[in-house]
Amino acid sequence: MSDLDIQIPTAFDPFADAKAEDSGAGSKEYVHIRIQQRNGRKSLTTVQGLKKEFSYNKILKDLKKEFCCNGTVVQDPELGQVIQLQGDQRKNVSTFLVQAGIVKKEHIKIHGF
Amino acid sequence: MADENQLDAKDEVAELAPFDPTKKKKKKKVTIQDTEDDSVDKLAEKTENLSVSEGLESTFAGLKKKKKKPVETSILNEDTGDAGEDLDDHAGEDDKGDGLVPEHRYPWEGSDRDYEYEELLGRVFNILRENNPELAGDRRRTVMRPPQVLREGTKKTVFVNFMDLCKTMHRQPDHVMTFLLAELGTSGSLDGQQRLVVKGRFAPKNFEGILRRYVNEYVICLGCKSPDTILSKENRLFFLRCEKCGSGRSVAPIKAGFVARVGRRNAGT
Ligand SMILES: [Zn+2]
Repeated sequence: MSDLDIQIPTAFDPFADAKAEDSGAGSKEYVHIRIQQRNGRKSLTTVQGLKKEFSYNKILKDLKKEFCCNGTVVQDPELGQVIQLQGDQRKNVSTFLVQAGIVKKEHIKIHGF
Repeated sequence: MADENQLDAKDEVAELAPFDPTKKKKKKKVTIQDTEDDSVDKLAEKTENLSVSEGLESTFAGLKKKKKKPVETSILNEDTGDAGEDLDDHAGEDDKGDGLVPEHRYPWEGSDRDYEYEELLGRVFNILRENNPELAGDRRRTVMRPPQVLREGTKKTVFVNFMDLCKTMHRQPDHVMTFLLAELGTSGSLDGQQRLVVKGRFAPKNFEGILRRYVNEYVICLGCKSPDTILSKENRLFFLRCEKCGSGRSVAPIKAGFVARVGRRNAGT
C-alpha cells in the first residue's frame, strides 16, 4: 500500500522523507561491494554495510582464505566497519556472502565498472 | 532501402545501442536485425538468381552459376575483349534494375515455393515499421554515442564527450559526474574544455557500463521505459517524473559510500 502511495506523483508525501532517508543511508539495508583502483593494475575491494551482529574478523578470515588474498577491517567514522580485500574480489565476495547465508542476493549492490 | 541503411548504421553502433532497460528487448531487437539481414541477403540472391538462370530451385546453385557465367563468357569473348566487358556491365545493370523493381520486394515472389519463417517475420516487421513504427520494437531509442576516452599521463583518464552524453540524457553534468565518480571509486573534475578528467585508468566500456546503470536508475521511466523524464529535487529528495506517462518515483540520492585511502601511506593524518 505504502509503495503505491509513493508511485503517485503527488507534491508531498509525508512519509517519503523517512523512507528515502532509509534507502538513502541505504548502507543500512544494502551491502555495498565496491572496487577501487590503486596504482598500476592493482585494485581493492571494499565491503560495506554488513550487519553489525556479524563478526567482521571471522568473515574476513574466511574471505581471505577463500580467495587467497590479504585484507583488513577498517573502521570508518561514518559507515562503521568496512572490509577491504586486495584485488577485484567483487564477484567472489558476493557469491561467498550469498552462499554463506550472510546476505541475501537482492541486498547486495555491486558497484564499479 | 533507406530503412536498411539506417539499420546498418544502427548495427555499427550496436555496442553502445545500449540503454535498453530490458535485456529481453535487446535480444529481440538483435534477432530482428538478423532476420532482416538474412532476408535482404536472400532477396539479393534471389534477384540474381532470377536474372541469370530462371527456375533454379537452389539459390546456391543459382549463385554459383551466376558467378561462373560471366567468367565463361569473358573467356569465350576474349578476342573481342570490349564486347565481353560490355556484357558484364549489362548483367550488373540488370541485377540492379531487378533489385529496384517493386515486384521483387519479397524473396518468394516470382516462385511458388513456400515462405520461410524468417522471411515472413521480416515482412511483418517491415510492414510494422512502415505503418506503426512504435510497435516494431525499435522506437527511436536514445542512442548514445560510446564514451570517448583519452589517457592523460599514466594515471588519469579523460572522458571527452562527457558533456555530450549528459545532454543526450538531459541530466545535469554535476549529477552524472557524482554518480560516475562514486561508482568508479575515484575522484575527478571537469577541465577547461568541459571534459571529465578522472583519476585512474578506465576503458570506454567501464564508463559505458556505469552510464548504463545511471540511465536505468536516473533516466528511464520504469512504467513506460521512456527516457523523456525530468529529475528534480524536492525537499532534498530526488524525484524522477516521466514526461510521457506522467508517473513519478523517488530515486536514491547518490552516495559515494566508503572510499578507502589509497596511495602513499603518510599522505594524510
Ligand atoms: Zn513513463
